[in-house]
Amino acid sequence: MNWRAIWSIYVFEMTRAGRTLIQSIVAPVISTALYFVVFGAAMGTRIAQIEGVHYGAFIVPGLIMLMLLTQSVTNAAFAIYFQKFIGTIYELLSAPISPFEIVVGYVGAAATKSIILGFVILITAFFFVPMRIDHPVWMLGFLILTAITFSLLGFIIGIWAGGFEQLQFVPMLVITPLTFLGGTFYSISVLPPAWQTVTLFNPLVYLISGFRWSFFEIADVHVGVSLGMTALFLVACLAGIWWIFRTGYRLKT
Amino acid sequence: MPPIISIAGLEKRYASGLQALKRVDLEIRKGEIFALLGPNGAGKTTLINIVCGIVTPSAGKVTVGGHDIQSDYRAARSLVGLVPQELLITPFETVWQTTRFSRGLFGKPGDAGYLEKVLKDVALWDRRKSKIVTLSGGMKRRVMIAKALVHEPQVLFLDEPTAGVDVELRQEMWHVVRKLRDSGVTIILTTHYIEEAELMADRVGVINRGEIVLVEEKAVLMHKLGKKQLTVQLAQPLAEIPARLASYKLGLGHGGRELVYTYDTQAEHTGIAGLLHDLAAAGVEFKDIQTTQSSLEEIFVDIIKGKR
Repeated sequence: MNWRAIWSIYVFEMTRAGRTLIQSIVAPVISTALYFVVFGAAMGTRIAQIEGVHYGAFIVPGLIMLMLLTQSVTNAAFAIYFQKFIGTIYELLSAPISPFEIVVGYVGAAATKSIILGFVILITAFFFVPMRIDHPVWMLGFLILTAITFSLLGFIIGIWAGGFEQLQFVPMLVITPLTFLGGTFYSISVLPPAWQTVTLFNPLVYLISGFRWSFFEIADVHVGVSLGMTALFLVACLAGIWWIFRTGYRLKT
Repeated sequence: MPPIISIAGLEKRYASGLQALKRVDLEIRKGEIFALLGPNGAGKTTLINIVCGIVTPSAGKVTVGGHDIQSDYRAARSLVGLVPQELLITPFETVWQTTRFSRGLFGKPGDAGYLEKVLKDVALWDRRKSKIVTLSGGMKRRVMIAKALVHEPQVLFLDEPTAGVDVELRQEMWHVVRKLRDSGVTIILTTHYIEEAELMADRVGVINRGEIVLVEEKAVLMHKLGKKQLTVQLAQPLAEIPARLASYKLGLGHGGRELVYTYDTQAEHTGIAGLLHDLAAAGVEFKDIQTTQSSLEEIFVDIIKGKR
């Protein structure tokens, strides 16, 4: 195992985030915090509590999830796509490192960034809405697993993408709508039964539900199912990456 | 001594159907400067990229320092440094950061002293805190070399190191390359500047359409290069070459109006003085003389066209 190479990639990526602090930390935190302020502090007082939880607090896990998913994907996708775009990927391919080590470096850095973001937003939420965390270990588990899984997905997208526009496609047009429709702002039990069934085909429902359960013990699906779905995504992404490096897809000719 | 790089039966066919390499066999000796010459699209970069792990070969076997580039890629790649043709470098890091990153990728512990040495060797020490984006093209090229050298490779590939580089920088690069060779690094450079091969290389290989058509010591090629022709334009056309000039093996051309003498510039006596004297003695009047040299470039073009 070439630990030094992994560490070099990790440090390189984290330094890049440090250099673009506004873009990578400040912007996502402020845009997410706006939701607490508007829906939580301002309008939340006029919306009924959901299963005993203040509405402003109820939306926090979903918002953190939204940010976690989009940032993990964007970060990891951009990092590897940028190397491809400017051609510096030659250095990774000609270095004595295994594909696995490259993935650990890039995905590790992307996941770290979104986990830090998650915490910053969580802390911010405590200032605006009445938060509590019933199961901190589960919360941390979901946070880390989701960050890693979607950073892996981002890595795959970064390798697949043929242009900057395609990098934005999945976070903006797939993840954001699915998160909004996946119970970020409401419990899916408020939907008509037919729509509840449709919603269960939205994979992000399981992530949001499990994450929210770790805060308030309220969930749309059983927490075990949520954990199972998260693990399933993780395995699917790992399989995708394994296939990319095995075939050299869009990496080697 | 076993070769540092051994290439046997190497083939590459791209997905587009383009056959970039056809059964290439090549051995690179330890410590030499090997110049790989060839026109654009001949397969030079494909060959280099396969050895470095960037392109997957379709068939054949390549070893670096005895390590197979596929089954034992870690050991093989640790020995190799690559300076690609284009300036491929992330713009916002400093010189120091980017070279340290390259060393880390090869699993070497951070060694500020060694980094300093490499940056001083390529005259970038003063710019170590500068961001890449602020550097000139020549400096960026030297950063690329520093990045390739910083993990202490035994083999260095320079893919067109002086393409589009001004004269001063080119000489600077040659100086760096010679210093490296003196320190024991094997250097393989691709170029289409014949002058560069002439000046730098110990051996020259010519590749064309994916095939190695010639591998020769430079000295041998230089000997071929040493042939020159003297053309004597005559005042009156000759029907045949006078008998007393037979020893010069002259050619008669242009309807008898030209005599052509081929000689070796590196020989002790070129025979030109004798020829001119004998021409006068034979009563042959001439109005002009000119010499032409078949350059390595011409030899090269002839090889590429399959004339030699």
